Amino acid sequence: MFDLHAATVRLLLSLASAFALSAQAAPQSPPYSSTYVAPATGPVLLRNATILTGTGTRLDNADLLLVEGKVAALGQRLQAPPQATVIDATGRWITPGIIDPHSHLGGSASPHVSVTNNINELTMPSTPQVWVEHAVWPQDPAFMAARAGGVTSLLILPGSGNLIGGRGVLLKNVPATTYQEMKFPGAPQVLKMACGENPMRVYGSQRKSPATQMGNVAGYREAFQKAVNYREKFRNWERKKDSPLPDRDIGNDTLIDVMDGKILVEFHCYRADQMATALDLAREFNFKIAAFHHAVEAYKIAPLLKASGTCAAMWADWYGFKLESFDGIRENIAIVDAVGACATMHSDDETGIQHLNQEVAKAMAAGLRAGLQITPERAVTWMTANPARAVGVFDKVGSLEPGKQADVVVWNRYPFSTYAKADLVFIDGALRHDRNRPVQDSDFVIGTNQRQEQK
Amino acid sequence: MIRITQLILVTALSAALPALAATTAIVNATILVGDNSAPLTGATLVMRDRLIVAVGRGVAVPPGATVIDGAGKTVTPGMFAASSAIGASEITAVSGTNDRGSSHKRYSAALDMADAFNPLSVSIPVARVDGITRALVSPLSRTGGRVLVGMGPVVSLGSATDWLTKPRAAMFAEFGETGAGNSGTRATMMLEMREAFEEARSAAPAKNVPNLDSLLSQLDLAALRPVLQGQVPLVASADRVSDIQAVLRLARQYKLRLVINGGAEAWMVARELAAAKVPVILDPDVVLPVNFESLASRPDNAKLLHEAGVMVVLNASSGEVQTLRNLRQLAGHAVNNGLDPAAALAAITLNPAKVYGIDKQLGSLAAGKLADVVVWDGDPFEMSSHPSAVFISGERMSTTTRQSGLRDKYMRMHGLK
Repeated sequence: MFDLHAATVRLLLSLASAFALSAQAAPQSPPYSSTYVAPATGPVLLRNATILTGTGTRLDNADLLLVEGKVAALGQRLQAPPQATVIDATGRWITPGIIDPHSHLGGSASPHVSVTNNINELTMPSTPQVWVEHAVWPQDPAFMAARAGGVTSLLILPGSGNLIGGRGVLLKNVPATTYQEMKFPGAPQVLKMACGENPMRVYGSQRKSPATQMGNVAGYREAFQKAVNYREKFRNWERKKDSPLPDRDIGNDTLIDVMDGKILVEFHCYRADQMATALDLAREFNFKIAAFHHAVEAYKIAPLLKASGTCAAMWADWYGFKLESFDGIRENIAIVDAVGACATMHSDDETGIQHLNQEVAKAMAAGLRAGLQITPERAVTWMTANPARAVGVFDKVGSLEPGKQADVVVWNRYPFSTYAKADLVFIDGALRHDRNRPVQDSDFVIGTNQRQEQK
Repeated sequence: MIRITQLILVTALSAALPALAATTAIVNATILVGDNSAPLTGATLVMRDRLIVAVGRGVAVPPGATVIDGAGKTVTPGMFAASSAIGASEITAVSGTNDRGSSHKRYSAALDMADAFNPLSVSIPVARVDGITRALVSPLSRTGGRVLVGMGPVVSLGSATDWLTKPRAAMFAEFGETGAGNSGTRATMMLEMREAFEEARSAAPAKNVPNLDSLLSQLDLAALRPVLQGQVPLVASADRVSDIQAVLRLARQYKLRLVINGGAEAWMVARELAAAKVPVILDPDVVLPVNFESLASRPDNAKLLHEAGVMVVLNASSGEVQTLRNLRQLAGHAVNNGLDPAAALAAITLNPAKVYGIDKQLGSLAAGKLADVVVWDGDPFEMSSHPSAVFISGERMSTTTRQSGLRDKYMRMHGLK
């Protein structure tokens, strides 16, 4: 019953947008679609590496074959297809491309000045109508720095100043002139929401709601209830058709898609009790929280996260910069993983994103010291398979399995070392970073970075 | 509640008690002295009471010494954060616990961060178990704040009572975008600095009649005198190469003992800095053009400066308490970008001690120095490594922190322990 109605309303809404567009030429794809095209490349055979597949397996002295942008085969002594580029990876390690499920690159860009900070629409506490992709500046030099660190996909999210911050966008980390050229084809849309101190600090200081944690939850419930009412208006219109089509509201469209399971919720929450309340909110309005972000107290409620199928996206060691992060511990990720919930590393930071492998090294080391059993083939899932799950693309990337997109990092050595460097980074089988041939491909650095040493 | 208070007091007191004539020998270890020298393998370090008494191969173990087997272990000096909020900020965003920044006056040269230091900050043990043993507690100029910011002490992270290692060890000043933002422009900022130094230079000591034209208080003037006499270093924040050069000119004019803090573009004037014997405190993670004053930042800044003969100190640019324990990761990043590993270790041990004039007592593993000693279970720059023992002034530190308490509680709750 519910689904049927929802489908009808969505159809009506698409009709409404079709009317709006009827004066123009029929577009080939919906507006704001991805225009990302993976360059055509010949087969690549990486020989004789240690491979952490992202599925919990480690393969020693193994080959990896990439064909037409996909993982074609893994195994020992693979046959090189004709015209294959064969790369000797002896002594090197291979992992899936790193996925950062929480970044603000392009939206909060270098150089950091007021006009390059575009991720918080702090004009009202609930802004489901904004899309962070409309603020992504592809020339942010941090994209190339992240690529040199092995990051092949990253979820750009709005900030956490609002209760409902707007839609995020998953990007392939390729050089581009428009964000559409980076947009990950077929990735689900996501909505950023935020718990805790940030929204109440922003609006409470203006004597507006939310000023308290109570106000936060009231704000989410009001926003979703308005979307439910909005949907009801369309349903009534559909039954009677005796009045003009109700006005379209872009923000409510987003929240209806959330309640219909078409948009994943990425929820910024630090404290265990905030996360439990957010899970109740999701039950009240029948939506799914894909991941809690920052989640510095995820370790306290790991069994609850496991039961609800919610990932926790965490830092290795951030703590104490505000009260709700006071209880951060370095064993957070290892404990969440050990309990059986989906644990992922995230950066939320233009520096951390450059060495997420080292952040995993810290989290793994803390877990091992606490007596947990963690292998490298397990730990690699914290920056590959699990973030892919948290952003809804594990069917496409996040592990090295035949048929998946060939997003691959070749490391010069064991990747969970301070000294590890990404030698080669492939995205959809195309070489996008070669440590021996570094490319400065942000327009901003052209002519501004004086790389000439003093004469 | 009363019990908890008593427990805290007991813990605090026991941390403060000096070890009783204890002799400890770490044997058969790889010892990294911290002074840029080659590693000593199969070596012994002996400490008695507060001091290191012997370091080297073939050093005899005194009778009655507590012996720590150093096989497979690496021993380094305690790490030294050259500019940090430790003890002056507990939770950054909780104002009642954050005493680092202020913006109430145009000049506050006499401000002393020792007045704000809390040796019972729970962040201190968190940093200490990762091998950080000393820090300079630096003031911070908030937006709209001061150009001449104030002074900071060097503190020990090992004792709740005997924590003041060196009072008023440095004077901090803001140049570059922050200083210019506080003052108005770069030109007004330089003018304010010169006004302050001119007044301090010409003011007679211990004036009885207040000078109504004075821009600085008598206390400010008194605080600037040792800076003008070259006894206290001026740690000047500057990143853009033109700002660095402007500070160098100012330092020449007033004969200051200058230290550049930040130095994102310092590599461009490496030879000039080396010739002027000006050390640079830098963050190897500043590799992006994060501001218009760091357009030419590059990952091998530390290497280029070191190779040109500049004394390099590595430190997290934010100075936030929470990043303190990752100082060794920054050193690893500098090594990754070409800095010699021994130089990287010196940049977080001996060099900060030199900058603040306490290298006779601290900074390397040498007989007669305070026994700030860390025993590592592997390469200290690897984040998979961890200290198996931390000594500060010869006292072995507890491995317990607030964080280990939280960890143990919830691991037990989830049946993981």
